[in-house]
Amino acid sequence: MANNHNHSHSDHGAHAEPHVTPLRTYLNVGAALFVLTFLTIIAHVFKAHYLSLAPFIAFGIAAVKAFLVMAWFMHLKYDEPSNRVIFALGFFFLAVLFAFSIIDIFTRVPQGTVL
Amino acid sequence: MSTSRLINGVEVASHFRDVHHQYSSNKEGIWLFMVTEILMFGGLFVGYIIFHSLYPEMFAEGASYLDWKMGFVNTLVLIFSSFTMALGIYYNQVGQPKRATWALAITVLCGAIFMVIKYFEYTHKFHMGIFPGNLINPEMMAEHGHPMQHSNLGMYFGFYYCMSGLHGIHVLIGMGLITWVMIRNMKGEFSPKYYTPIEGVGIFWHIVDLIWIFLFPLLYLVG
Repeated sequence: MANNHNHSHSDHGAHAEPHVTPLRTYLNVGAALFVLTFLTIIAHVFKAHYLSLAPFIAFGIAAVKAFLVMAWFMHLKYDEPSNRVIFALGFFFLAVLFAFSIIDIFTRVPQGTVL
Repeated sequence: MSTSRLINGVEVASHFRDVHHQYSSNKEGIWLFMVTEILMFGGLFVGYIIFHSLYPEMFAEGASYLDWKMGFVNTLVLIFSSFTMALGIYYNQVGQPKRATWALAITVLCGAIFMVIKYFEYTHKFHMGIFPGNLINPEMMAEHGHPMQHSNLGMYFGFYYCMSGLHGIHVLIGMGLITWVMIRNMKGEFSPKYYTPIEGVGIFWHIVDLIWIFLFPLLYLVG
């Protein structure tokens, strides 16, 4: 904790000690994750009323939960920008895989055998 | 190892400039590893979504064999374990290693509870003749009063067992890693100046939670 808080991003040697998240924040994030999980279930129980929207609601809530875990539990909010970029690249290339696979599967023209 | 030196009471390998250089390099390595995890599970997710959209009725039949209450309890267990994992790091940062050990022990316990619930889910399905791919047993399913509706139902359970099984293997490995850092913590190897292994293991444990956050709605709710 004795280091001075030098926030220059270019100079690695001058970085401050890693950020310590207060206990209160962890409690809030944990509570929010519990509430969102219950919300997912409530939405699931009543999904007969909005069947076509159900997957979007379920995955929308999951995305919020994922953000909370990544930002606070995984400390990405206070991590170096390079680590945030590295992790985001994983999701970017996953999106590329998803997009091209979907385009491939749903643009195929059915045809008879050529043999 | 013999080429390391002590800086501020922390062992720093010779190829690192200082404590921070070592810390940030270690963490960058962990994050690169996390990308491979995202891509490994991501491939399975993409496959699931594609075949779900090709055979929606068959996937709905498969999902009807899953009990969302089990998945719900497991979600709460994993989220709580992520919280205690974060505490395991926090208590080391503020110099309370005894509390950190307790937090890590509770995290391992939660992992064990998760696996016990998984065990009951799996054995229940095995009992009914529900196995992945062409191992699925329609005769056994009919005997238990659940005749198979779609001939390719085994595909759904291929995805189900691969995705939840791969996740379960991650939980087991995570439990082992947390036990390892917990023992090191009890030996007094960590301090507010040096706790990198706990943080690395923590990030791994959180990604196990992160994947489950998406697996739960995918397998149990949307199907």
